[in-house]
Amino acid sequence: MSTPRILYCHCQYAQVLPKDVKEQVLQSLCDRGVEFEAVADLCELSARRDPLLKALADGGPLKIAACFPRAVKWLFAAAGAPLDAGQTEVCNLRVEAATAASEALLNAALSPNLPAGKNQS
Amino acid sequence: MALTQTALRVALYEGPGAKSLSPGRRFETVKQLLSQGCSVRSAADPGDASVWVGDFDGGPATPGFQHVSLDQPDFAEAIDGVRIQEQAAPAGQWKPWFPVIDYDRCTNCMQCLSFCLFGVYGVDGDRKLQVQNQDNCKTNCPACSRVCPEAAILFPKYKAGPINGDVVSDADLQREKMKVDISALLGGDVYSLLRERTAKAQSRFSKERDADKALAERQKCLTKLAALSADIPPEVLASLPSPEEIARRAAEAAARARAALEPSN
Ligand code: SF4
Ligand code: SF4
Repeated sequence: MSTPRILYCHCQYAQVLPKDVKEQVLQSLCDRGVEFEAVADLCELSARRDPLLKALADGGPLKIAACFPRAVKWLFAAAGAPLDAGQTEVCNLRVEAATAASEALLNAALSPNLPAGKNQS
Repeated sequence: MALTQTALRVALYEGPGAKSLSPGRRFETVKQLLSQGCSVRSAADPGDASVWVGDFDGGPATPGFQHVSLDQPDFAEAIDGVRIQEQAAPAGQWKPWFPVIDYDRCTNCMQCLSFCLFGVYGVDGDRKLQVQNQDNCKTNCPACSRVCPEAAILFPKYKAGPINGDVVSDADLQREKMKVDISALLGGDVYSLLRERTAKAQSRFSKERDADKALAERQKCLTKLAALSADIPPEVLASLPSPEEIARRAAEAAARARAALEPSN
């Protein structure tokens, strides 16, 4: 399996993610010099059906730093860019500590955690 | 506002022709670009970014690419200029607050469609429920998630679970069902309650033709509605359309929901 790509959501237009957590996570990505994509607000990209979401969903293993996996799963689906449950791991910055989330993102091993459901193949 | 524009795609370029950035500068730059609503790619391959940003040593190695130097004193304005030129989405004009459907849970019952007065919901060609007009949704109002018996409506920016996307527990589901039962006892849903009350008020208005009383009655309805759904922000309640308009939209929404549920021949 190829190295997972990293997507970081800054949740720009709400105080949903603790500021210190999201900033520490972004800082750790910048410190390590790893490749990543960062978006201002994944919700907004979903509503706008931004083609970046399709490119990310179709591109193989992916780690996403955002909020609840169930929300992320359906935001991508709503944009016509369903995520591959077997190739996606979501780090929930609403509940995880910054160090744990950063470690999970920077770790090359992928632990898929999207909720499985009736429409999940 | 139609959501036709997408975010400006920026590459943080540190390849040939540019200096590599310190972690601190990289962080500050990405944060700045995100605050301007951009999507940022920090990678050796800039991909299909519309503009490259970096500390350039006489321009990027690949000529012809639009680039903005980090040393530019008016960096933020320059990025905004590219955004306008590329007709990309402006930052911060809309708070992205809208319902997202969990289709693993949705049973296509259309309660949400018949409830929403703002035309957020619709159906696709297969008559499956769809969120169609996200920007019609009233910011911070999660009311429709309260009528869904399956806890299938998410607002990812909501404060609490399961509406924010947290796992749905059995207790949540019981609570969701109870809410529907309570609202049914009160006359179908909170909007029908409002409609009933405003209809009563309306018949009185026509007799009394007293604008002040009409307003007082409407405010009483809104207070009642607010008490029933503590979540609905007062400014949303205050911005509800007139009773006549509510009645018209509710009838329209109900007709659309009925049409979607009718068996197809
Ligand atoms: S996906 Fe989650 S973290 Fe990202 S903008 Fe939406 S609510 Fe915020
Ligand atoms: S009320 Fe809930 S279950 Fe019914 S159609 Fe709407 S989202 Fe689906």
